Amino acid sequence: MPSKRYAAVGKHCVACGCCVKVCPLSAISIWRGVIAQVDREKCVGCGKCARECPAGTIELRDREVGA
Amino acid sequence: MNRKKHWYDYLWIVTPIYLGLGFFNILFAWLGMIFFCLPLLIAIFGGSKLYCNRYCDRGQFLSLLGGRLKLSRNKPTPRWMRTKAFRYGFLVFFFLMFFQMLFTTYLVGAGAKDIGEFVKLFWTFQVPWHWAYHGTLFAPWVAQFAFGFYSIMLTSTLIGLIVMVLFKPRTWCVFCPMGTMTQLLCTLRSGKAPAEGCASCSGCRR
Repeated sequence: MPSKRYAAVGKHCVACGCCVKVCPLSAISIWRGVIAQVDREKCVGCGKCARECPAGTIELRDREVGA
Repeated sequence: MNRKKHWYDYLWIVTPIYLGLGFFNILFAWLGMIFFCLPLLIAIFGGSKLYCNRYCDRGQFLSLLGGRLKLSRNKPTPRWMRTKAFRYGFLVFFFLMFFQMLFTTYLVGAGAKDIGEFVKLFWTFQVPWHWAYHGTLFAPWVAQFAFGFYSIMLTSTLIGLIVMVLFKPRTWCVFCPMGTMTQLLCTLRSGKAPAEGCASCSGCRR
């Protein structure tokens, strides 16, 4: 059963990779050195990446019903 | 969760070694050119921020101090510090100071100025550092560049440490000039970043 929340990356991402290192499910990667990208299928919304992000650009969002 | 450690996970040691070597002989400051060139080369030819993501010794050093050793307050980075205006403003300022340092090196090389055997902290405070210069086989401008470059490296490390303590361990990464520059290069190379939420299709990777 998928989690209720997932991590979403905002436009102020600096692509430092801090979130990649702390993600327990390896659900985050850096897209071509530009922005962090979250695999929503893998993400369980634990929030570790959001706490680690120095740019404060990761937020947890509720999944849409049926998504 | 314990991930398998790789050799590059220990690169944090490079930061204290580099600063330590420069304390005894300023010419070691030239090694810092590696930290300048490598990220740019990786961004230009590899199109990624692999240096920041994996090999940055300073980032690892700040993570170690702020994370594992819990020296950071872990408070959110101030909003103004996260803005593009501040990031790019700091990049421009950093470049201006860098070119000023190059100009001073040129003046020493041309014989118009004596070598300044000091380290300039925060681009303002002159700290005596004469014990690290013993007179060498190299021209004076080589040592002058080393003093200037070491000043930049020491100042940026100190700023990184200050914001690490005050905010998050890697707050420095938010406005690190090298990080800003490499991200800019990657953006120019790859075009517009994908819109948030497209990760599941992975179409951009094909």
